[in-house]
Amino acid sequence: MRIAVDPKYLIVFLITLVLVVGEARYGILGGYQRLATTLGVCVATELLLSWWLRGRVANVASAYITGISLALLIKPQANMLWPFALGAFLAIASKYVLTYHGRHLWNPSNFAIALLVLIASDSVAILSHQWGNDLGTNLVIWAFGLVIAWRARVLHVTLTYVACFVVFAVLRHFLVGGPLLAEIAPITGPMYQLFVFFMVTDPRTTVSTPRGRMIVVAIVALVETLIRLAGDYQLALLRPFYVSPPILALAMVGPLAMLWDLRRTALRA
Amino acid sequence: MIAWRRSIVIAAFVAAIVAVVVLNARAAGSVAGASATIRLTEVAHASGIDFVHQAPALDPKIANVAPHVGALGACVSVADVNNDGWPDLYFTTSRFGASNALYLNQKDGTFRDVSREAGVGSVNLPGEGVSMGAVWGDYDNDGFEDLLVYKWGYPQLFHNRGPGRFEDVTAQSGLKRWMNSNGAVWFDFDRDGLLDLYITGYFRSDIDFWHLTTTRIMQHSWEFATNGGKNLLFKNLGLGHFKDVTDSLGVGSTRWTLAVTAADFNDDGWPDLYLANDYGPEELYLNHEGKHFELARAGLSDDSKSGMAVALGDVYNRGEHDVFVTNISEKGFLFQGNNLRLNFLKELGRFDEVATGPVADAGWAWGAQFGDLNNDGLLDLVVANGFISGDSAHDYWYAMSKIAGAQGNIFEDAKNWPPIGSASLSGYERSRVLLNRGQAGFVDVAQEAGVTDRLDGRAVAMADLFNRGVLDVIIANEKGRVLLYKNTFPLSRRERGAGGEDSRRERGPGGEGWVEFKLVGTRSNRSAIGAEVTVEFGSGRQRQVVDGGMGFCSQNDRRLHFGLGGQGLGKVTIRWPSGTQQILTGLAIDHLHVVTEPQ
Repeated sequence: MRIAVDPKYLIVFLITLVLVVGEARYGILGGYQRLATTLGVCVATELLLSWWLRGRVANVASAYITGISLALLIKPQANMLWPFALGAFLAIASKYVLTYHGRHLWNPSNFAIALLVLIASDSVAILSHQWGNDLGTNLVIWAFGLVIAWRARVLHVTLTYVACFVVFAVLRHFLVGGPLLAEIAPITGPMYQLFVFFMVTDPRTTVSTPRGRMIVVAIVALVETLIRLAGDYQLALLRPFYVSPPILALAMVGPLAMLWDLRRTALRA
Repeated sequence: MIAWRRSIVIAAFVAAIVAVVVLNARAAGSVAGASATIRLTEVAHASGIDFVHQAPALDPKIANVAPHVGALGACVSVADVNNDGWPDLYFTTSRFGASNALYLNQKDGTFRDVSREAGVGSVNLPGEGVSMGAVWGDYDNDGFEDLLVYKWGYPQLFHNRGPGRFEDVTAQSGLKRWMNSNGAVWFDFDRDGLLDLYITGYFRSDIDFWHLTTTRIMQHSWEFATNGGKNLLFKNLGLGHFKDVTDSLGVGSTRWTLAVTAADFNDDGWPDLYLANDYGPEELYLNHEGKHFELARAGLSDDSKSGMAVALGDVYNRGEHDVFVTNISEKGFLFQGNNLRLNFLKELGRFDEVATGPVADAGWAWGAQFGDLNNDGLLDLVVANGFISGDSAHDYWYAMSKIAGAQGNIFEDAKNWPPIGSASLSGYERSRVLLNRGQAGFVDVAQEAGVTDRLDGRAVAMADLFNRGVLDVIIANEKGRVLLYKNTFPLSRRERGAGGEDSRRERGPGGEGWVEFKLVGTRSNRSAIGAEVTVEFGSGRQRQVVDGGMGFCSQNDRRLHFGLGGQGLGKVTIRWPSGTQQILTGLAIDHLHVVTEPQ
């Protein structure tokens, strides 16, 4: 007998695995108060706003995923808790405020992190090397992630993005010079694990067709490459963007794609 | 109904964004100063010091990262080399053929470089390596401070045979081991009265930077790297001989140690070692009666950053050695934050990290030292910042961020690093002068105090250079000139009216009284390195240690300086390295006390 598992819970399992492995091996959280803050605020905001605006209490699985993502990704100045609290509130609230035809446009954690790195760069940075740079751990996460992405039927999104990233990395290598491995290196890091398994694949903020999703993530990878080239060529105006190219590329491309898709669907209807 | 409810949510959403902007602005502005009670004036050139550090030229195989790898080696160490009662200064440079400098204090506000006559300048030679720093210590207890120069290459030990005459005794000392070292400390770990030596390894010792056989020389992790050079502990056997006892004592860390200092952190009477490690957590090795060291947990292993310097200070006058370790912060990319760890080892078995605001975020911070710059009875903090000041239109941070999160086997190989070229990497950062306001915390007063340089600071040392009862600050800069900040705060009313106890010492500026101690060991090592002085004044007591190396590539003056903050001087307790405890009462203030260890 085959037991059907809601893909959402597979994602919950995967991000919990990332959290446990990262914390046990590397102390990646930097303090449990950070996790408690983001999880607490995310869940409380989800419960409150769903009841307040929709008259029913929402399932908190999504808020749980967002809370853990934020706890892992936000790396603020010493001993600051407010980026976690406000980031968590803004992430969940964006689902209720920034909507079109009843659908929210941004992946919640992507929205919050992009906003924080853009308007609070004196206080907030993003996860980079706080993962030990250890191949074994990353292979475990990638293996589980790929299997779960397959079960959740979003593997095509993940693989398309990874393939596009590698192609654009080779292109950047020829454009700007420097070692090829330096261009490919970012995708071997922990931020990208969270990005390719939890952000670009979010079914609530991706377009409706598999082909469309693949095109969208290809565009995300392209915009990311443009941001990276801005970093390579030191375009000062875009400096706020090249601290975290994939996050900001998705924050720009994702909502536009959603708008286009929702509008097209509405017109057809 | 839904509409107004939604309006409330939208208002809360906007309010949260506004709150982010406001709180972020507050964080950015947290380094703003307050009314300064510290005044420093840069007088290096006027004092005859025009020393400029030169960076090493490395094997072309790592040309793509050479400005990054080779951005070390500017050091300052203080000692009274000729026993004339005035502190002298030693600076290192790191280019083959360039000379280190020994500046003798001329007692008139100027210094004179005597390195050529003394024979301690010409040490940067092909086949021998280049200087990365130096520490002074009287290893043979003959009454003259000897000099250890640690290098990327062979360390060199110079025996001070008398005022101004040094002899290179490395060959017979047992210290001639190729190391890529950026730190060392003299301390008497077994309390036998002879100074032992702990030399740290940064890059592996099999790496010769001028004849590389591989480019796999970098760290394999940015947070948990253990592939650095091995630290070595040399026991002083007497008669100028040292023996490697690293493994039997258990202190051979390979965690890319950049700085080390020694003190008795847990009050068991034995000096411990505190390491600031790049790409890894700090380490505290507790000394068990000189027989072996144990790596203490003490809450340090939970917090892995990029330790650059370790400075000790009794921050809140609790009678403890608190620890300040510098780290890296760069807007948008990385907020490691400096660590200010309050010592609760005896009570809780750990340190509590309490750094916030300007203490936590000073930029890419390097050397640091505590010292009471305004004699108010609280230890202030000077932090030197900035890594590579190159072409300010080109920033290496983005390029470095490509590999920072990657797999270790990629960036362990230097050839995979993006070329840095002439780019800056946290360049043109200013030094910080952090005024200690007690429970009100530290505030950055650098601008108001007159410290405005934007050189790539490395080593910081403090000394009462002109025997005035105030601490002056010396900063050695990478590929830059030395800065000598003379303490020039106006005389306080009390001090203007006070009579001098010692006619040789002009009345000092700033604050409300002071007392200094020069300690001379007898049963302990003659330099009294490791001796601790606890001065009671008002309701507090401040504890300091005579250091054999502290900060980053630096060493403060042997003489300990205490500001009294206008309060009466109470009991003074000296704990000598031998274990002897000496209590002094009724001492005069505004006075340097020379104390010899009771036999």
